[in-house]
Amino acid sequence: MDLYQEIILEHSKRPLHAGLREPFNAQVHHVNPTCGDEVTLRVQLSGQGRSAVIADVSYDALGCSISTAATSVLADEVIGHSVKEALSSFAAMRKMLTSKGADPGDEDEIGDGVAFAGVSKYPARVKCALLGWMAFTDALTQAGVDIAEISASRTSPSGSPSTVLNNTTAINPTQVEPRRTHD
Amino acid sequence: MSSMSDVAVGAAFTAAESAALRGDFAILSRTVRGGKPLVYLDSGATSQKPRQMLEAERAFYEQHNAAVHRGAHQLAEEATDAYEGARATVARFIGAQTQEVVFTKNATEALNLVAYSFSNAGATGAMDGVDPALAAKFALGQGDEIVITEMEHHSNLVPWQELARRTGATLRWIGVTDDGRLNLGDLDTVITDRTKVVAFTHVSNVLGTINPVDVIVERARAVGALTVLDACQSVPHLAVDVVDLGVDFVAFSGHKMFGPLGIGVLWGRYDLLKAMPPFLTGGSMIEVVRMEATTYADPPQRFEAGVPMAAQAVGLAAACDYLTDLGMARVTAQEQVLTQALLAGLAQRPWVRVVGPLDGNDRSGAVSFVVDGIHPHDVGQILDDAGVAVRVGHHCAWPLHRRMGLTATTRASFAAYNTFAEVDALLTALDRVPVVFGTVI
Repeated sequence: MDLYQEIILEHSKRPLHAGLREPFNAQVHHVNPTCGDEVTLRVQLSGQGRSAVIADVSYDALGCSISTAATSVLADEVIGHSVKEALSSFAAMRKMLTSKGADPGDEDEIGDGVAFAGVSKYPARVKCALLGWMAFTDALTQAGVDIAEISASRTSPSGSPSTVLNNTTAINPTQVEPRRTHD
Repeated sequence: MSSMSDVAVGAAFTAAESAALRGDFAILSRTVRGGKPLVYLDSGATSQKPRQMLEAERAFYEQHNAAVHRGAHQLAEEATDAYEGARATVARFIGAQTQEVVFTKNATEALNLVAYSFSNAGATGAMDGVDPALAAKFALGQGDEIVITEMEHHSNLVPWQELARRTGATLRWIGVTDDGRLNLGDLDTVITDRTKVVAFTHVSNVLGTINPVDVIVERARAVGALTVLDACQSVPHLAVDVVDLGVDFVAFSGHKMFGPLGIGVLWGRYDLLKAMPPFLTGGSMIEVVRMEATTYADPPQRFEAGVPMAAQAVGLAAACDYLTDLGMARVTAQEQVLTQALLAGLAQRPWVRVVGPLDGNDRSGAVSFVVDGIHPHDVGQILDDAGVAVRVGHHCAWPLHRRMGLTATTRASFAAYNTFAEVDALLTALDRVPVVFGTVI
């Protein structure tokens, strides 16, 4: 099976940037009600608005290898990058994960995230890979990043470099949530 | 009576019988994940369906389909007969009177029906004309207590939490021991004179524990409390006689016992059903309707508002007949030998820990376990890759998992059609798990 790539196993065994750290602008707690997995995630920004830089993402995660590794990759990808770039990575990751195997992912956009391409063939596991990302985007909102404003800017006639942000309109849990497996 | 040792055990199926039985379930011969034979060990979530049940449903639709209890044409009569005949069959299967069997959409609705009876009984005039002694059993308010257990499925937990919230009553529960049994030492302190209802599971859907129904019923009766039994994991696997059990209400689902999706059963003592106000209201459940007010039909119709699921009832009756033909004692025996084989196989793997009773006593065929250092979702994924279908997660028993110090478990659960070869397939696939994740060198 092509699900458990070596990169995923490595991240899940030794997750990067793990642990909760100070200082932070926002902290969120997200749960996957299917399996009870949880993540507490903190975001620290430096600067304001779209060009703010993600100074730190720290987290405490309880979950399967896919969710643990995905959160590790997320932290490694976004720390030191702008909010704009992070949201672009999220959009690329979400697009790949919900492609049912059609989108192999762009390494330039999501780095080690391409290792998760196989997850998109297992709809029940997409939620695992997105748990950390959903927490992260929620934390950005809590930290005062107006995602709606950013996404609305794509219609701005100014020609501002907002194309990479277009996909942030999809930061809507109902759109990124894969099928669930309750009983 | 609730103990396995008291159940007539019979004999497990011979290889030839097992092969014939599996032939009735077409899905069991399909392949999954790139040509691997399906090994279905998730019957605790939902069972597969025998041809005989599917044919019964199909015959209803093709030959008798009409709205039950409506119209005077021939098809309406036939559909009504089929539906009421199905009720009689299901009643016989559990040792009940026909008029005590209420069809619901699933077991969850059956449990909610009972829970809502308590709060609906508090409405003005709801219990008019009811024997005051019976009406008092459903009166719930501050100072009264509802008792459940820590091993309940959410469907026999959340409805009682919500009932407590609606009425001001207090929710209490019987704890679970480290080895996965009810802490009966708590019984007399948890079930008291303040207890109005005790709702508990016959068999844990996670631990496989068969609870001592008689002990709990005796205590509940001593304090005058009503008893509600979640029998979802017992009726498909053990011979269940509702009168012998001594409880007041029993709920179970059709789809876990070779029946169709979309139908469940509430059994209740008739005097209690007769005293209870309706849950869902509308067509079919009425006696006389005026613009000002409505009077209700007698049970079971009182609790079956709307056009009923006749085809599913017919299918469920066919499933009961199928199980009866197999012999419940033999079904129990087959699942018991498979459970013993699985427990023995897991015991040989020190990196696996079974959650629940380790021996076969008072234990059913739901076996949940954890693999050291590996999340159940990852375990389930490796098993799935080998064609082995198990359940992973908290199995809708989150408080129980929390009690056991776990987030989730992997669960294999048996039905009559499972085989030793499938136990071996599970164990072989399981051995790949620590290899893939590098936890065993």
